[in-house]
Amino acid sequence: MVRAELIKNLMANPLKCDLCAKPATVHLTQIVSNKVHKVDLCETCAQAKGVTDPSGFSLADLLLKASLNPDTPTAGVRCEQCGFTQSDFKKHGRFGCPTCYEAFKGVVEPMLDTMHKGTTHTGKIPQRALERKSIYDRLTKLELDLTEAIKSERYEDAARARDEISQVKQTVPSNPKSAR
Amino acid sequence: MTIASLIDSPSELTDAASSKTAIVLMTRIRLARNLSGTAFPGWAKPAQREEILRICREAVAATSPMKRSLNITVGELSELEKQILVERHLISRELSGAKGGAGVVISKDQAFSVMVNEEDHLRIQVLRSGFQLKKAWNAITELDSALEDHLDYAFTPTLGYLTACPTNLGTAMRASAMMHLPALVISNQMEKVVRAVNQLGMVVRGLFGEGSDASGSIFQISNQTTLGESEGEIIKRLHTVLQSIIEHELNAREKLLEADAGKLFDKVGRAFGILQNSHLLSSGEAMNLLSLIRLGIDLAVFPDASRSVIDRLFIEAQPGHLQHAQKGEFDPAQRDLLRAARLRSEFANFVHPNFSFSTNGKN
Repeated sequence: MVRAELIKNLMANPLKCDLCAKPATVHLTQIVSNKVHKVDLCETCAQAKGVTDPSGFSLADLLLKASLNPDTPTAGVRCEQCGFTQSDFKKHGRFGCPTCYEAFKGVVEPMLDTMHKGTTHTGKIPQRALERKSIYDRLTKLELDLTEAIKSERYEDAARARDEISQVKQTVPSNPKSAR
Repeated sequence: MTIASLIDSPSELTDAASSKTAIVLMTRIRLARNLSGTAFPGWAKPAQREEILRICREAVAATSPMKRSLNITVGELSELEKQILVERHLISRELSGAKGGAGVVISKDQAFSVMVNEEDHLRIQVLRSGFQLKKAWNAITELDSALEDHLDYAFTPTLGYLTACPTNLGTAMRASAMMHLPALVISNQMEKVVRAVNQLGMVVRGLFGEGSDASGSIFQISNQTTLGESEGEIIKRLHTVLQSIIEHELNAREKLLEADAGKLFDKVGRAFGILQNSHLLSSGEAMNLLSLIRLGIDLAVFPDASRSVIDRLFIEAQPGHLQHAQKGEFDPAQRDLLRAARLRSEFANFVHPNFSFSTNGKN
């Protein structure tokens, strides 16, 4: 539950609604973690977003969607891995797959500062998984080297790659799984 | 383990209450995890969801805390069973509404539950009765690391664990405590507390999470942000906030006693009378009455040992548990009759209130 402080501003010099282009009449200020966040909305969007109901309203969600207006330069971007687009994000409020964070980097990065306490992870690291991944990446590369070497009849290189592969394989833990 | 035997066996939540759980009823931590290179549940195709479900259920079942666990798909659960699991905080409402390719693994003691294909591929949760953030963290990080042996998590060094919603990035951890705050509610201070807690980057919700009301004066307080701080820092900060809420609640109780002890004891005594004699009780009213009895226990009107009875009744008065106990499905009006009957019989043998020791404001 986020408490929203509503100020209906009737002054001249109307601001534009952050979600559509209509003049904004609802101006919201929210303090989260000692950071001040501001949003300007028109009457319709304020109603639609449930801003008037202080119990069920998240400014973070709203900011998320506001930063995804179709006129932003990244509007045409698609995630290569899963085909997710920015308008999909606007509709669902969630991303399509982990790779989307790379594809929509330009959109995600600016909003992290408002949404979180910091912009860089400082917590737990999946150490075992990362080590395993680096081993597998190395194996893939060695196997590629081996095929190449055999193809171009560089047998000494091939023998070296083969030895290295069997060496690396001995350090490999149980098979990892993913739904790729 | 089957769902029927799980429902009928004692749970961490309903049977482990001790006097230490006076204000913090229960501590909960959840971690969101996703498989690398795999579409999030909300975007994955049905066949892919099934595949994710299969892989995750298998991996979770292979960890040591999940030995002899209940490992079940949402489709295999009846509506009533889902409701009971929601009332025990073992699955979310969102998961209970999932159409296909979703499931849950629940440990035998019901302290751990792992939801598969909720908003993220994995939602790992640990429940501990009382105020035990550190213990809960140690337990959950162990399970999480054990899962790492079987699954490749989506993770980047800068953004941390990648989640379907960017509001969960980083640690992807939500730590929360369920608190019983009757005096702050009676003295109309909750709004003030909620505002102060929000400013400290924490969120206050009702008993059953987002959008639920705070019947029974029970609130959930949890961290709002997940990126930019380590799990330890978040837990430490939450601990400080919870500690200060506990102090405020205790102060509020003292003030109520000082100002008009008679008025407060009247509420407790009347609650007892209604629970012993009423014939129609909605779950909201039952929660509020039980909350007053619980406050009475904290004020030494009833013995300490009764607290675990009340904590169990908090859960058993919920619609799902009530219908399960009566072995049938009933409409809300019938449920109110059954609930009152259940509580009448429970309170017929309850220790009678003793108001004579309570006047020195013991908490």
